[in-house]
Amino acid sequence: MDHSSLAGRIFRGIALAMVLVFFMFPIVWILLMSFQSNEQILRIPPRILFEPTLANYEALISGQLKTAAGNLQISFMRNLMNSFILSSASVILALLLGVPAAYAFARFKFRLGETIAFTLLSFRFAPPLLVLLPLSLYYQQLGLNDTYFGIVWVYQLIALPLILWIVRGYFEDISPDIEHAYRLAGHSWREAFTRIAVPLAGPGIAAAGLLSFIFCWNNFVFALILASADKQPVTVGALAFVTASGIQYGQIAAAIVLSVTPTLLLALYAQRYLVEGLSLGAVKG
Amino acid sequence: MSMAQLVESEAEPRRTKRWRGRLLPYLLSLPALLVCIAILVPFVTAAVYSLQRYRLNLPYLRGFIGVDNYIDFLSDPAFWNTLRISLVYTAVTVIAELLLGLGIALLLRRPTRFHNAVSIMLLLPLMTAPAIAALMWKLMTNPSFGILSYLVGLLGAPDFKWASDPSTALFTVVLVDVWVYTPFIMILLLAGLRSLPRQPFEAAALDGVPASFVFFRITLPMLAPYIITASLFRLLDSIQQFDIVYAMTQGGPGDRLMVFQVQAYLEFFQYTNVGRSAALLMILWLITNILSNIFIKNWLRLRARAHGHA
Repeated sequence: MDHSSLAGRIFRGIALAMVLVFFMFPIVWILLMSFQSNEQILRIPPRILFEPTLANYEALISGQLKTAAGNLQISFMRNLMNSFILSSASVILALLLGVPAAYAFARFKFRLGETIAFTLLSFRFAPPLLVLLPLSLYYQQLGLNDTYFGIVWVYQLIALPLILWIVRGYFEDISPDIEHAYRLAGHSWREAFTRIAVPLAGPGIAAAGLLSFIFCWNNFVFALILASADKQPVTVGALAFVTASGIQYGQIAAAIVLSVTPTLLLALYAQRYLVEGLSLGAVKG
Repeated sequence: MSMAQLVESEAEPRRTKRWRGRLLPYLLSLPALLVCIAILVPFVTAAVYSLQRYRLNLPYLRGFIGVDNYIDFLSDPAFWNTLRISLVYTAVTVIAELLLGLGIALLLRRPTRFHNAVSIMLLLPLMTAPAIAALMWKLMTNPSFGILSYLVGLLGAPDFKWASDPSTALFTVVLVDVWVYTPFIMILLLAGLRSLPRQPFEAAALDGVPASFVFFRITLPMLAPYIITASLFRLLDSIQQFDIVYAMTQGGPGDRLMVFQVQAYLEFFQYTNVGRSAALLMILWLITNILSNIFIKNWLRLRARAHGHA
């Protein structure tokens, strides 16, 4: 298959170019838009060459939106901050809960372990609203509605299965012999776990953590239901921002760019592990 | 290696600590168990709600009504519309993404530096939040300045209204779904393609077997477990699509894009009909549960292969 005809190679080249245009164009175009003033955006025909402006980003960062109707207070930076808080806290909690459990599931074959692992997996594929809607009623009674803790707790639905199944795979790939030898030298299981197993599974744990961060960040429906304006992450905030700002298209584009930049950078950084993570450890890249 | 085996044979847990060893796995998984319970309680609650007449605005009418919510669906055109739209949406997105993803994976099959760079770039749409992706496409299809509206105008369709026209709304939302999720199928199939053994392909090349025969009789069958797992993954997510549809059109125009979860969300928050919303979600859960059982079987097989204990 390495020696293909010239026509075949041209066909492949054109096909690849079309693929690249389709998948990259929206990102590039929104990035360009975010550096344009509203007048530049509304120009017809649209131009690729323009004088870039940072005004959209300045407005978002300062929280002051100048519109024809006057100044508008916006809190997009707060949404960005919320995304950081919610995603990081969720990943840390999921790692604390998930890594020991993943170790238990990998090293000891016990019924309850399999039940937990598969229950979490099957709820990864259940409709999120099925759990969220009753939960929102419970949360109102418990006073957990619109608290960081309440939202972080439901984000475990996203992060925990991911961490459990990816890290479990990594633990299973490490031979228990090393830990046994270490135990024979008189160390406790806890030392064997923290000094041998966790460092050896380190790359897997890091990958699972990064991926969970991305998925928590990208989540929309959980916070849509459980968070009000001052706890909302960027996904929900951006939508509200579109409604509030009306026709400030440049600022909307800038808000989109700020919302996606952290996850895209993380994805590029962790790309080696994404295949394994996306398939919950079933396919190795 | 022999040293390691020797150590393992002596590494039985000591008798005195055996009871602690027995308890250990349970202690370690206790927090995960708590999360499980925290999921299962609302799940059971939802199942109970689905058997009740339960409206948030009329709390005094609340009561057990058996399967009436479900029976009402049978004669409710809105329900059949939801079921139909969800199934059409799922079928169209999964088929389009599978064909496109397979095609791209085949294009990128040889692990050259350029191909690897392209496959990494294609990760970016997949790692974009779907709700944000919907906003991006909304900006690009805006009737007054959207670049795509401008381009289709040049192609002779100046009245193409994208998501705001009932006849093209489904197409537009599917397009966004394809943009976000095709890379998912592509990346799984690419990993699968690259992990296939070389020998059958080398033998076929030596014998001068035609390319179409190699593709349909060697590549596809060997890739089948990856194709099945990737498609089921997408099938399960696609039938529950919420983010893209909600951010783009909120189920509209009219009820044109009322997929299951959007309909259930509106039942709950707009019509405050908890019982009906729960019944709708239970039906969706039933569908996904059947699919996910099939999925998990396939996925476990693939997983066992990846981790070398098939």
